[in-house]
Amino acid sequence: MHNVLIQYATVLILTAFVGTEIIAKVPSILHTPLMSGSNAIHGVILVGSMLILGGATTNLQEVLGFLAVILATLNVVGGFVVTDRMLEMFKPRAPKVKETPTDEVAP
Amino acid sequence: MSRETLIDLLYLFSATTFIVALKGLGSPKHARRGNMVAAFGMLVAIVATFFKYVDGHALHHVWLILLAMFIGVIIAVPTARFVKMTAMPQLVAIFNGVGGGAASLVSITEFIHIRSNHPATYVILEVLLGVLIGTVSFAGSAVAFLKLQELMTGRPVTYPGQQLINGLVGVAALSLIVTILVTASTPLLWILLALAFVLGVIFVLPIGGADVPVLISLLNAFTGLAVAASGFTLGSNLLIVAGTLVGASGILLTRLMSKAMGRSLSNVLFSAFGSVVTASGATTRDDGRSVRSGTPEDAAILLGFSSRVVIIPGYGLAVAQGQHVLRELADLLESKGIEVFYAIHPVAGRMPGHMNVLLAEANVPYEQLLELDESNSELATADVALVVGANDTVNPAAVDDPSSPIYGMPIIHADLAENVIFLKRSMRPGFAGIENDLLYNPKTTLVFGDAKDTLTKMVAAVKAN
Repeated sequence: MHNVLIQYATVLILTAFVGTEIIAKVPSILHTPLMSGSNAIHGVILVGSMLILGGATTNLQEVLGFLAVILATLNVVGGFVVTDRMLEMFKPRAPKVKETPTDEVAP
Repeated sequence: MSRETLIDLLYLFSATTFIVALKGLGSPKHARRGNMVAAFGMLVAIVATFFKYVDGHALHHVWLILLAMFIGVIIAVPTARFVKMTAMPQLVAIFNGVGGGAASLVSITEFIHIRSNHPATYVILEVLLGVLIGTVSFAGSAVAFLKLQELMTGRPVTYPGQQLINGLVGVAALSLIVTILVTASTPLLWILLALAFVLGVIFVLPIGGADVPVLISLLNAFTGLAVAASGFTLGSNLLIVAGTLVGASGILLTRLMSKAMGRSLSNVLFSAFGSVVTASGATTRDDGRSVRSGTPEDAAILLGFSSRVVIIPGYGLAVAQGQHVLRELADLLESKGIEVFYAIHPVAGRMPGHMNVLLAEANVPYEQLLELDESNSELATADVALVVGANDTVNPAAVDDPSSPIYGMPIIHADLAENVIFLKRSMRPGFAGIENDLLYNPKTTLVFGDAKDTLTKMVAAVKAN
């Protein structure tokens, strides 16, 4: 039984290090989308909420599970939609006619 | 391949997409695609979950799940689509709070579910941590929302013996956790839930408006950790990976934000910063120096004769809704061959990176947005620094005056430029409530008035020249 605990702890610790490495490279201009994007990611609690409601056997469990699914759905859907809307606004400089062309021309 | 293995593989795929998304945020070019990849990964995980077996049978209440999801979607989509960018911190606070609430509910329900099987102590501990952290995040985010939405005061709320009372509630929660570990009592779990809620509220009350960027980052980390704790309870690697990623991101941002304020995290959280205003707001100092003010036209002439301009925007710009006019002014200057950059302080706005989003919304290309270090090297060769709606982030007291409450905060050195144009509504001090010496600098020209009006007049004057 305790082997399971160690397996989970391994995942947690490795993810913590990988996550820190990746996130440290996010430039500060994208910190707001980072926050709302990571917000959307913790909405994965929806999976947990579905399992709770799907395994509910009493009324109390059903009510709590139902609430959890609503809250988690808000979290996931709202998080991804608002992050997409924000990231859509970040645009490079419009290519100018006179200046030397850059390799960043939008497709 | 068994059904369970297939589902676990799909979960592994989802966890990978989350990491890919965060990696995409390394540059504005790939960020949007990364977010879509993560959204797809999330969809895969959700669909896969419908086929999962719980306690040896297929999911019950599938229609109830779909109904709850439907309710969530019809609330979330319009809110997320139509919220104003200035209100983004509130929205992030809400979505963060509901995530914490969901994690807490999952942990509670799982506890009720498994309690009859006499779970091991470490399982109960995971549940209790999930409940505690998730609920603190939920309640704390709710108060942060009320502050940001200005439904309550943005200044710190203090009362006598605050730290002692808060400490006692914290100790009570911890002793309750120990008791539940021993007794596995459900009634006590409800008391812990209530106590965690109170803890979340009183923890956020003394934190002032200007410190909210740190607070939101920290609450984000809390929700991530609560989700990871639920992952332990439910035995889900996916939840552990996602929760830990968010926890790491939140902790990192919390540290970055406190560093950008030049203060320790404990100072931000416990000192009720900004509850005392020391500045006089007079136009003449005790030593006889006074401010020099000018008209928008004077400012326009100064700008017209420069070749490099660095704009230093602060949250006051967004309050005055002046971003679009500012961009218009910058475009106009660029069309005259003047180089224009925006110097963005990390804590400008109400959440990490907020000012960048507000300027991106006004179609400022991201190449023009400079981080703190780049800003200061650009300013050294700039002819004009144009300060709009910023105050504490350009206050030289952070460098020269060890007695100042903001001493040690990294600032944007507007005074490195040849000239400083400071747009200001009045002589009132900024959020930290302290006087700004830059206003009395001989290089500085003050232009009083609403930022948007002043900028509009400046655009007209630049056009006329």
